[in-house]
Amino acid sequence: MIGLGHYLVVGAILFALGVFGIIANRKNLIVMLMAIELILLAVNLNFVAFSGYLHDLVGQVFAMFVLTVAAGEAAIGLAILVIYFRSRGTISVDDVNRMKG
Amino acid sequence: MNASLLMSLPELVLSVGAIALMLVSAWGGQASTRLVSWASVAVLIGAGIALMGPASSGGSAFGGLYRADAFAAFAKVLIYGASAVAIILAPRFFAIGSGDDLRPEYPVLILLSAAGMGMMVSAGDLLTLYVGLELQSLAAYVLASFMRRDVRSAEAGLKYFVLGALASGILLYGISLVYGFSGTTLFSSIATAYGAGQSLGLTFGLVFVFAGLAFKMSAVPFHMWTPDVYEGAPTPVTAFFASAPKVAAIGLAVRVAVEAMGPATDQWRQIVIFAALASIIFGAVAAIGQTNVKRLLAYSSINNVGFVLIGLAAGTQEGVAAVLFYLTVYIVMTLGSFIVVLQMKDSEGQPVETIASLAGLSRSRPALALAMATFMFSLAGIPPLLGFNAKLAVFNAAVHGGLYPLAVAGFVASVIGAYYYLRVVKVMYFDAPGEAYSGRATPVESLLVTLAALFVSPVGWLTLGALGVWTNTAAKALF
Repeated sequence: MIGLGHYLVVGAILFALGVFGIIANRKNLIVMLMAIELILLAVNLNFVAFSGYLHDLVGQVFAMFVLTVAAGEAAIGLAILVIYFRSRGTISVDDVNRMKG
Repeated sequence: MNASLLMSLPELVLSVGAIALMLVSAWGGQASTRLVSWASVAVLIGAGIALMGPASSGGSAFGGLYRADAFAAFAKVLIYGASAVAIILAPRFFAIGSGDDLRPEYPVLILLSAAGMGMMVSAGDLLTLYVGLELQSLAAYVLASFMRRDVRSAEAGLKYFVLGALASGILLYGISLVYGFSGTTLFSSIATAYGAGQSLGLTFGLVFVFAGLAFKMSAVPFHMWTPDVYEGAPTPVTAFFASAPKVAAIGLAVRVAVEAMGPATDQWRQIVIFAALASIIFGAVAAIGQTNVKRLLAYSSINNVGFVLIGLAAGTQEGVAAVLFYLTVYIVMTLGSFIVVLQMKDSEGQPVETIASLAGLSRSRPALALAMATFMFSLAGIPPLLGFNAKLAVFNAAVHGGLYPLAVAGFVASVIGAYYYLRVVKVMYFDAPGEAYSGRATPVESLLVTLAALFVSPVGWLTLGALGVWTNTAAKALF
């Protein structure tokens, strides 16, 4: 029987992978966007698992809101990525270093 | 339902106004920039007027999702004021700046951001909190990268986006844990769950939520995006970032800490104390070596968030009132400093940002130098200026809350911060003059900078009585 604990462990692993993907990734900015999506999906999994466990609808409503906002966030992220690529001609993380100090 | 709509009137005015102006700007194109800018300021004033109704005293709306109390109203006045200033400052900067003209979307984005910030300080539920925060953040990401042809602006937008999205993710993970282990997203019910006893899940949720909020208000150890974003973003946008979203994030943190997690004060106090001291010390030490004035002001904002958090750490009504008073004085000083930074232009009209270029400002532009010196002395907390009263208020709250070591440590650390503020004054008054800045301030800019300087000068003591009453009423709404 798969219980709440299993879902929470999977959610925690996905969340950690997402955070790690942002911090450790030194190659590609698109991978960072994917890592952000991974974090949000981990959160959604948590919400839905809790919602089922508690027999409470709020968690599912919250997950819907998170999905919607995630779509908007991805759109804005890609738009910013495009103007960045236009001026720099690269999307490598190591090159995002015009400002230091 | 009607009562709920009346209570959320400021947000309604802002959202409807923003959507209508978006249509105007789509229809009128570049030519409508001026019209849309002034109309946006009018919408912000309209939202401010709407605050006088049930929006400031109505209590809970929409079944507890939305709070319309004096605390929210006070924070909203600051937010709307700072947003209006950010709109007013923009046209001239973009006209002479990068060749990227101001487009009419700029004021519309600020309006949407202001609506999101209003939701943040009025949140009575984790869902409202999240939606408000995202509305504010998504508009802010676009604003940071608004100068499309400027590499630094695009890079600032990119960094802000990635780290901001990470912060939202951390905050959301905390929210999901709090929801799961308390069974509700309403602040009042969460408080009951925290009062009922300790659980590991609730504690983890609290830590994640505070980490996410610390990111949004740029408190150490989640400050690393601040200097880059402040340096790269267009100066009026930086002025906006340093003022309104900071008020909203801190207002939100105060509400979450007091209303939702009040019974767990002992747990979050440790986090807040650590973030406060780390912010004050790091903000002061890292600012010493800076040569860019926008970067310097970014570290200054990190430093000031630390002092605000001392007020929050007290966790009392006096502490919250001190937080609001500090924020009021802080945004006036910061906006004033940024208006001075906006005047820094070389002979070709291009913006310059180095501290060295301020040399000899006291001879070429004495009034401007005097205003900047006032803001710097006030930020350093030198007595007759209002910045001192603000620091005194938070330290007082900490002492009355029994946090003597925190007050002493903050007091000592504030001396380090004085060094780099005074260095700016020294450059302006004692260094050999360099190239004088070109151009004059517009009448509106002169008026704003004069008002800001007068407010933080001893003349501002006249407002202390009224401010004291307002901040106390606002803080009382939370307890």
